[in-house]
Amino acid sequence: MEIPRHWRLKQQRYRLVGEVCQHCESKIFPPRDICPECGGEADTLYTFSGNGEVYSYTTVHEGPAGYDDSTPYTVALVKLDEGPTVTAQLTDVDEDSLQIGMPVEMVTRKLKNDGDERGMIVYGYKFRPRMAVA
Amino acid sequence: MTTLKPSTKLLKPARSVGITGYGVYIPRYRLPAQEIARVWAGGKAALPIKEKAVPGLDEDVITMSIEAARNALARADIHAHQLRAIWVGSESHPYAVKPTSTVVAEAIGAVPNTQAGDWEFACKAGTEAIVASMGFVGSSMADYAMAIGSDTAQGRPGDALEYTAAAGGAAFIIGPAENALATINASYSYVTDTPDFWRRENQKYPEHGSRFTGEPAYFKHTTSAGSTMMEALGVTAKDYQWAIFHQPNAKFPQRAAKMLGFTPEQIEPGLLAPVIGNPYSASAIIGLSAVLDIAKPDDRILLVSFGSGAGSDAFDITVTKEITNRQDKALKVQDYIDRRTEIDYATYARMRGKITMK
Amino acid sequence: MSDVVIVGFGQTTVGEHWDTDLRKLSYQAIDAAIKDAGGLRPQALYVGNMLAATLSKQAHLGPLLADYAGLTGIEAVTIEAAGASSAAALRAGYLAVKSGQLDTVLILGIEKFSDKIGSGFDEALATTSDSDYEAVQGLTPVAQAALLMKRYMHENEVPADGFAGFALTAHANGAGNKNAMFQKAIKPELYAKGGMVSEPINIFDVAPHADGAAALVLARRELLPSNGPNPLIKIAGSASASDTLALHDRKDMLFFEAAHQSAGKAINQAEISLDQINLFEYHDVFSIYAALSLESVGFATRGQGWKLAADGGIARDGKIPCATMGGLKARGFPGGASGAYQAIEAAQQLRGGAEANQIEDPEYALIQSLGGPASTAVTHVLQRLD
Repeated sequence: MEIPRHWRLKQQRYRLVGEVCQHCESKIFPPRDICPECGGEADTLYTFSGNGEVYSYTTVHEGPAGYDDSTPYTVALVKLDEGPTVTAQLTDVDEDSLQIGMPVEMVTRKLKNDGDERGMIVYGYKFRPRMAVA
Repeated sequence: MTTLKPSTKLLKPARSVGITGYGVYIPRYRLPAQEIARVWAGGKAALPIKEKAVPGLDEDVITMSIEAARNALARADIHAHQLRAIWVGSESHPYAVKPTSTVVAEAIGAVPNTQAGDWEFACKAGTEAIVASMGFVGSSMADYAMAIGSDTAQGRPGDALEYTAAAGGAAFIIGPAENALATINASYSYVTDTPDFWRRENQKYPEHGSRFTGEPAYFKHTTSAGSTMMEALGVTAKDYQWAIFHQPNAKFPQRAAKMLGFTPEQIEPGLLAPVIGNPYSASAIIGLSAVLDIAKPDDRILLVSFGSGAGSDAFDITVTKEITNRQDKALKVQDYIDRRTEIDYATYARMRGKITMK
Repeated sequence: MSDVVIVGFGQTTVGEHWDTDLRKLSYQAIDAAIKDAGGLRPQALYVGNMLAATLSKQAHLGPLLADYAGLTGIEAVTIEAAGASSAAALRAGYLAVKSGQLDTVLILGIEKFSDKIGSGFDEALATTSDSDYEAVQGLTPVAQAALLMKRYMHENEVPADGFAGFALTAHANGAGNKNAMFQKAIKPELYAKGGMVSEPINIFDVAPHADGAAALVLARRELLPSNGPNPLIKIAGSASASDTLALHDRKDMLFFEAAHQSAGKAINQAEISLDQINLFEYHDVFSIYAALSLESVGFATRGQGWKLAADGGIARDGKIPCATMGGLKARGFPGGASGAYQAIEAAQQLRGGAEANQIEDPEYALIQSLGGPASTAVTHVLQRLD
């Protein structure tokens, strides 16, 4: 069981809580202790909007243990509107409709079971094609 | 049995309360009823609905509740920290033990100063949580509480239930009437021990009493709840613009509406079973959300839920001027209905874990 | 300070060694290397390995392998840097000898990928990426390479078969390497028909996972007789650099900065220029890595690495011969042992012992091993001493 490892990351995983650097105002995800932009200390939490665009994407046909039941699935590099890029699965998508540059938005979904179906469910961010609010 | 005077039967909070925000979630996949009939009935069966919403492999009651809750928060325009309760009603909580509500509370940023709990009363667990929220806010114990009804409904393959058992969720933020997009004037619940439908511990699929689910269960409870409340309020069906009933299929709510004197026009915007199926705890309140999406200030709405076992919660709701400021702040029911990807039975069987892997 | 030279080396064939375990496979390479070095007994063993702790349920390889090889008692440790593990071990050995602390060091690259089968293998492989922010999303190394390749092709307008040159060259060279996993040249038509692994990566864009052990004996030059049986190979440059572990944390994902930095340092240290290099053993675990390595080191300009391969520039008679013994693609990818194989193959070329694959009279070879998407890059310049 890997409960502590997942549990301590719940804020990042469930709702993209990163940081904003108090020195240079860079938005940082995932949170770290030193701002990658200016080298200053970073410790102020910042919740990302969840909006971004696809930098690149591909499909996984042979998944690692824990993911092999959900293949094929799409993984992508998503550039968030606030700056950082994250690696994340795309969900609710059809492979044929994917394009580099397409706008996406964060949703919280099941990532995997910790171990088998007896283990805790690991939830976290994924992205889907953006559904515009009128 | 103690007999109450009509007016004392009503549940009315000391402080006026209302709906501060609402939001829904409906998954994108649709399984046409005809496809189920193809597999289980040689293509020939009376179809209770057109199609039902099916969750994806990475979706469950927790993920659907989170999205519905986020939509509700966007409409309420309050901070998650102001919520003093996150209550989730469902009969398909992902864990048998471990709350859905704590994950939802964490995901929307409502922790740690909050109540959290999972509710179960078949298909009316969500409205039960709304009544509790009314009491919580109406007593001034808290300013805001969130009640969610969400289900990934189970139906045994080939069973009549399979045609309709669907997935979806709706979240309601109950708060003081001053900041509400609709006030809840009163509610009334009608409850008896009626075993029309159940799922025993550790059983994968529910059992139901077939035609017994009709007269003694659904109709008795929905109409009793609706008529008792209307009588106590001194109103009739004509006083309402809209009415929503729990929707186990397309027929039941239409008949219940008729029995209470409502016209087809009054229930049309909230009648979604034909296109999304029956998402159990979310059924009636997704219907209410669809009505709120199109409602105008001063519209009066009757909501009647139904939970097997059995009981109905009735609500008398009046839309306020605020509605127009909030309708567009989050995705609407129709947005989710329009996001539609049809699947076949084999894909559905895989997505719903109906294929034995070990 | 004295020069550090490669006195001897040995390697096993690269492939699926079902019936040979970690220690026996290691011993085969060690035994061959020590014999090649004229029986020189090493004072230390630096093991480069990536995943034995997970795949073979065996950590603490130093004492295990030293003891099994009859070297009980010597200093013996493991160095891990994912795919660059044994290149990092080579650099550690180089530093130990160069500093004067040790006179002779044994470097061993060993990987037993075939000890774990199924999705557990992919899970283990994914631990070399950022576990909390990459692997948790179901990302695998090959999928990550596909993300890079997709973006690269998008930005540089590369045609669908634009990367074929890497696999064709590798397989042509693998045909002349009796230790290679694939010893058969392939035709462009075969590449074009390759099944998709993770779009746009097809099966010929991925090096095959395999078992292998490769060992080198390093020594201080002045300790050796001047009339040994083999030409001596000097480690003329050695450098290592790191980048962010997670690919997404980089501002510019399509440039291997660590590869650039470590190559620049190693070449400066050797006091040569890029055009004096006669061959380049790059880390072509994915063809996109090969293209980015060519660009990051400076053999091609940005976005043009694939063209160098497409135009024959990396063939044995090309501008800069690459993967001269098959590279990771055709020789096979024995994980953390890859860097040791590269060093041996370059040494074979410099000794003039590459047989059918011999480059004409090479003096300098550049070898570069990568951990992940160049999160670690270890670069060495080898020089033939006449």
